[in-house]
Amino acid sequence: METKNLISVQLLCNHYNIPVSFISRLQEFQLVEVIFENDDLFIQNTQLKEVEKMIRIHYDLDINFEGLDAISNLLQQVESLKEEIITLHNRLRLYEDL
Amino acid sequence: MAFIDYYKILGVEKSATDADIKKAYRKLARKYHPDLNPNDKTAEKKFKEINDANEVLSNAENRKKYDQYGEHWQHSEEYEKAKQQQSYQKSSQSGPGGYSQEDFNDFFENMFGGRASSSQGRQVRYRGQDFNSELQLELQDVYTTHKRTLTVNNKNIRITIPAGIENGQIIKITGHGGPGINGGPNGDLYIQFSIVNHSKFKRDKNNLYATVALDLYKALLGGEVMIDTFNGKVKLNVKPETQNGTKVKLKGKGFPIYKKENQYGDLYITYQIKLPKNLTTQEKVLIEELQKLRE
Repeated sequence: METKNLISVQLLCNHYNIPVSFISRLQEFQLVEVIFENDDLFIQNTQLKEVEKMIRIHYDLDINFEGLDAISNLLQQVESLKEEIITLHNRLRLYEDL
Repeated sequence: MAFIDYYKILGVEKSATDADIKKAYRKLARKYHPDLNPNDKTAEKKFKEINDANEVLSNAENRKKYDQYGEHWQHSEEYEKAKQQQSYQKSSQSGPGGYSQEDFNDFFENMFGGRASSSQGRQVRYRGQDFNSELQLELQDVYTTHKRTLTVNNKNIRITIPAGIENGQIIKITGHGGPGINGGPNGDLYIQFSIVNHSKFKRDKNNLYATVALDLYKALLGGEVMIDTFNGKVKLNVKPETQNGTKVKLKGKGFPIYKKENQYGDLYITYQIKLPKNLTTQEKVLIEELQKLRE
């Protein structure tokens, strides 16, 4: 694994002014995967956007971790349904001009 | 400019307590937060209004100024100075004069040319806003991978559009969204493709569908027929006694598979047999003879 694709949890928490325990809680709820390497904790850079979203929802809206978990699942369902709608819409176009 | 009623935006009375305001803000923010309403511009606009309202009404000092000066509360000090000067001039010329809401608005419009933008916020670095855009292309355009220059917020961006992209598909252009806040990274640009199909082919993912007219004699006796595919003509052998509605699959003659070079879906041809019209007397006689042979 290339370390350049990892973001230090400590740096991330300093940057957003949040406690490291926030990331630990996200990990407990399997909302983020934390990697232990060279005596330090990291997250994949691909997860940054999702973590930022969780920070915003938690701190801006006072949503607890159970709520974050539920929201995360529901948003995934929304995305999946949106993709399904696009596929079905495209298939429907096959018959619209008949 | 129309007066913006922050109390109305939060759905509270002017006499609302701080707790009422906080509660109303939380409730509305949960409903309209952009993270909970992805790609919803209406929710995004509403959330901005709610934030503006909360920013003012949740701060006792700002709220007091807003109650007194309306939406121009941020410029209350400048207003007071001007008021004192004008009051002095008026009192020295024609006696004391009152100020109405219209006076406030005129004063601020003249001085600042409209509503001032909010300047307060969390001192945390955030990614910039993600931008969403739609690009309309013809089906032919996405048959091959090509580059295209787009103008987003007065900036030209050259992007590669991979062959086989689907109608409604969204691609992300990293870092081409709004600028980061307090030095944070830029947001991303999301482009949704709207693929318009004016061709004779119907598309379902990577497969194409077309109907080919076949004359009666070729359908009965077999033969060759030239058909159009998306990238040229192909000669097909028609089997004798081909029935109306027969489907033929042309492997690999469909649409390119997204991000899989030189891989294509299939083309499905449906034969539609055309019966001859305006039969001559001689044709009728011959067909009747055929009929007798089959009886």
